[in-house]
Order: sequence, then C-alpha cells, then structure tokens
Amino acid sequence: MSRGLPRYVLRRLLYSAAVLWLVSTLVFVFLHVSPVPVERVIGGPRATAETLAQIRANLGLDQPVLVQYWRFVGRLLSGDLGDSYISGTPVSALIAERLPTTLWLVFGAGVLWFAGGVGLGVFSASRARTLWDRAATAFVLVGLSTPPFVVALALLYVFATRLEESGVHLFEAGPPMQEHFLRRMVLPWAALAFLMLASYTRLTRGAMLDVLGEDYVRTARAKGLPERRVVLRHGLRPALAPVVTQAGIDLGALVGSTIVTEKVFGLQGVGQLVHQSIATGDTPVIIGVTLTVTLFVIAANLLVDIGYSVLDPRVRLG
Amino acid sequence: MSGRVDVGAPPVVKRAGPEAVRGRAPSQLAWGRFRRDRVAVASVAVLVVIALFAVLAPLWAHLTGHPYDRTFPETGLDVAGQPRGPGAEFPLGADQLGRDVLVRAAYGTRVSLVVGVCAALLATVAGTVAGTVAGFAGGAVDAVLARLMDMTLALPYLLVAITLATTFRVSSAAAGLALTVLVIAFFSVAASGRVIRGQVIALRRREFIEASRALGASDARIMVVDVLPNLVAQVTVLTSLQIPAAIVFEATLSFLGAGVPPPVPSLGSMLGEGSDAFRSAWWLLAVPGALLLLVTLAFNLIGDGIRDALDPRGGGRAGRGR
Repeated sequence: MSRGLPRYVLRRLLYSAAVLWLVSTLVFVFLHVSPVPVERVIGGPRATAETLAQIRANLGLDQPVLVQYWRFVGRLLSGDLGDSYISGTPVSALIAERLPTTLWLVFGAGVLWFAGGVGLGVFSASRARTLWDRAATAFVLVGLSTPPFVVALALLYVFATRLEESGVHLFEAGPPMQEHFLRRMVLPWAALAFLMLASYTRLTRGAMLDVLGEDYVRTARAKGLPERRVVLRHGLRPALAPVVTQAGIDLGALVGSTIVTEKVFGLQGVGQLVHQSIATGDTPVIIGVTLTVTLFVIAANLLVDIGYSVLDPRVRLG
Repeated sequence: MSGRVDVGAPPVVKRAGPEAVRGRAPSQLAWGRFRRDRVAVASVAVLVVIALFAVLAPLWAHLTGHPYDRTFPETGLDVAGQPRGPGAEFPLGADQLGRDVLVRAAYGTRVSLVVGVCAALLATVAGTVAGTVAGFAGGAVDAVLARLMDMTLALPYLLVAITLATTFRVSSAAAGLALTVLVIAFFSVAASGRVIRGQVIALRRREFIEASRALGASDARIMVVDVLPNLVAQVTVLTSLQIPAAIVFEATLSFLGAGVPPPVPSLGSMLGEGSDAFRSAWWLLAVPGALLLLVTLAFNLIGDGIRDALDPRGGGRAGRGR
C-alpha cells in the first residue's frame, strides 16, 4: 500500500488538473455563448455605442473568442485569476477577503453536525426498533426533506425577530465580522448543520447496524464486555470510516453551496460574492470563485481517499 | 406482456386446507407490501390532495377573483403598505405587493411538481442509458463515461447551475421552465448513472447473461431483453427519491432568483421575494415553506416505501440519499 501511494497521488493530481481545466473551460464557454452584457453594466443605461465599444476593447472583449481563451488559459497557468470587470480589483484579492467567512461557516457547522449526527446515529442504532429509534428516524426524514433556506428563514424568524422583540439579542448581521463573531455565526452554523445532521444520523445509524451484526461484535458480547464498551469500542470505530469519508467530501463541497445560508444571514462570503457577480456579468470573478471552490472539492476527495486507505488496510488504491 | 407467453389460468392446486396457493408476480407482491405500508399510503393521500390543490389553481384564482400576477394595493396592503394577514378577502393573506398568497401558492406548487417530476424522469432516463452503456460496454467507453460522471459530481453544482440559469436567462415562462428542468437534470444524471453502472457491472457476470450470449444474442438484445428488466426496481427507487431532490433544487434556484422567471410564482421564489417582508408577515414564510416541506417529505416517504416494497430484505438498511 505505502509503495503505491506516491504514484497514486501523482495520478490523482494529474486527474485533478484535468478536472480544473475542464471546469474552467466549461464556465468560460458558458459565459461566452450568452454573456450578460457587461459593458452595459459598467457604462450604465445611457452610455453611447462608442463608449460601450471602448469598454469592450479595454476589457479585451473585442478580440476573437479563441484569442480571449488563449489569454485566459495563459493567465491561469501563471496563477493569475485576472481583475474584476466591475471594480478592477484582482480576483485573488476579492476571494482572499471573502474566503475566511465561508470557511468559518463551513468549519463551525461541520463540527456541530458531525458531533450531533454521530451521537444521534449511535443512540439510534443502539436502541434499534424502539420508540427512540423511530423518533430519530422521523427527525431524519424531516431533516432530509427540508429545503436549506426554509430552515435558515425559520431560524431567522424565530431567533432574530420574535426573540429580539422580547429582548433576547442572539443575532448580529452585516460587517465587520470581527465584532460579535459568535453572535453572527451561531444561527448560520445551526441552519447549515441542521441539514447535514439528518444525513449523518442516517449514515451513522446504517453503518452501526451493519457493524453490530458482525461476528466479532457477538464475540465481544459473549466475552461479557459491558454493552457500552461493545457499542463504542467495537461498534463505533469501524462504523466511523464511511462517516469520516462523507464528512471530508461534504466539507469540500459545502464551500460552494453556502450561497443560500450566506444570503439569508447576510454573511459576506464567497457565495455572496459570486451571486452578486453573476448578476453583473463579472466573468473573471465567477470563474475565479468556481475554480477556487472546485479546488476545495478535489482536495477534500483526495485527502479522503488517501486517509481511507491509511485507516482501513483492506482498501486498495487503484 | 400478454402477447408473449400465455400460460393460461394458473393451475389450481388442490390442497387439504381451505385455500389454494396462487402464484403471484413479483410486482404484485411488491404492490401488496406497499399497500400495507401505512406511512407510504398516507403520503400518497397527502400528495394527491396537494396535487389537486395545485391542478385546481385557476379555480382558486376564479373563486377569489385574484389572478396570480395581479396586485391589490387597496385590499391587500394596509395603510402603512404592509401586507394583510389571512382573512375573508385573502384566505392565506397577501404578499408584499398585495397579491393573493393562496392563489400564488397553488400556481407555485404546480411549478414545483412539474419541474421536480420532469427533471427527475429526465435524469433517471439519461442516467440509466449512460450507466447501462458504460457498465455493459466496459473498456474505453466505460472509462470515459465514468470519468465524465465523476467530473460532474466534482463540479460546485449550485454555483454552476446559477451561472448557467442566469446567463441563458430567457423571458418566456415555458422556456424558463424547460431551462430549469434541463439544468437540474444535468446535475442529477451522474448520481443515478453511477448506481446503474454498478448494478449493470454486477449483472454482466451472471449466468443468464452468459447463456444469452452463448445462444448468439447481440449486445443490444442482451441489454434490452436481459439487463433492463433487472434494473426496473432500482430505477423506480432512484426516480422516486430524485423527485424530492429535484424539487428542493428548483426551489433553491428560484429562491436565489435563478429559477423560473417572474411573475410566474414558484414556492422557492415566493420565499425569496418575501424574505424581506416575512418578519412582520409570518404567512409569507409559513405557507410556501410548509407546502414545500410537505411535498418533499411525502415524496421521500413514498420513495422509502417503494424501496422497502421492492426489496423486503433491505429493511432498516438506510441508504445515503441527500
């Protein structure tokens, strides 16, 4: 296993580069087939035809598409994401400014949902087919069926509106992030975690039930070990492998799907950045954020696969 | 079905007991199990009621005298310009522009159901074709298709979906609906394609496939006659679980303003447009939110019921649907 690791990593890195190239090209093509007229956005509704042409020329948009693509790839290879059409700021600076908020959001929610989901899953599996288990299963189904923004809006309504009126101050919105950090983040964390909590409870419960049916668990029980020890030591440890895998993948993927949570709670993360850029047709920012987010997905998948093979020697990398 | 093999009436086996054993097809057995699943049957009932509510949307508009896109500033808004709550004039209240929430919710549910069902069907059909071809052909074809499916799973789908939906923005409602369906289906194909591919690879090595091949059947014939019928259960379960996922996807897109274009209401866009006003008008959150939750919950419960009915051995083993 350890001898094949460097080769495996190299192959995965090459594959990742191919994915990144494909994603960037896809987005580039999408945006050029039917672009939002960015010169209109910059020039305003009363700009003359000459002004509009001048703006296009300044941005290099008057060149043939292939020339534009060539420049785009060349810049990308040297690590330059270009400048925003609208503000002129380098895209990398914009992303660097917004990324911490999104990462905090995902990380905090991740801790909550992982702890909660695994706890609830173990609780549910060790009391399989009891009323408690049924209640947990019902909760999971509701959680899996709730659209992300409904939870966020409901939380906002209850905690930021109703409780605010009765004098409980739990939520703070708008910049700067440094002040009242917890108060800003608690509701977004809860909203994001609630969604994932359900699928992690289900995942943990399923994995635990599989493992608890294994022969060695029966052996452990037959040895007279206390049930608590059987469940946590012999059951939970092997059951955790698929859960950890999923957590890695979800943490990476979530960096790109916090748009809704950010919008509802007014957090200025990369999700909001890209949402605003899509409306104004700010192509370099859209591509930059998409690539950054894809990078997180790829990195998370790679780490998970490598970590998995280290945790479970039965898994072969190939 | 009936034209293929006619075995006549099932042979009646005379037994000592009062009832004779009758042969039943697997589909009959599955239907019997589904019918006894009280939760699933109740979900079907709930869904039928909601579907009726949606289909009869023009009737509600007629009865209340409020078309979905008309604003009623005099009756719908109070002196301060705030929407009026549920009452005699507006059964479920008015929205921030003075439009009827009941009528809009009915039309919005219609959009949710149509988009959800169409996108899920399209995705499963495409996923089944891609998965069957990849799994059956193997080699280079499989490598390319499997990698492509992996790649769409690596895309930040929400981001790319919004970009797609916004750049190809169209003004007509029908085209907007079609675009939304296509975007959602595109990002759902890989999920079902991968499952089907795995299933086909497992089937390919089974004896009855080899028997067919030994009899000289062509690849196409084996795929259609031998492989596809064995995928029916899997495909049914996949479709039933992809519908709620597609409905949530559509609602999310519409919530972000990248879904079905206004003024056609969708449950997601109602929530998005009302999100500034709902602090003082709870019905703007409660009505579309509850409908959305009920529809997705009912579909998920039905999907679980279908899975249990088709695979009775798998009871209690939870999949990882999200």
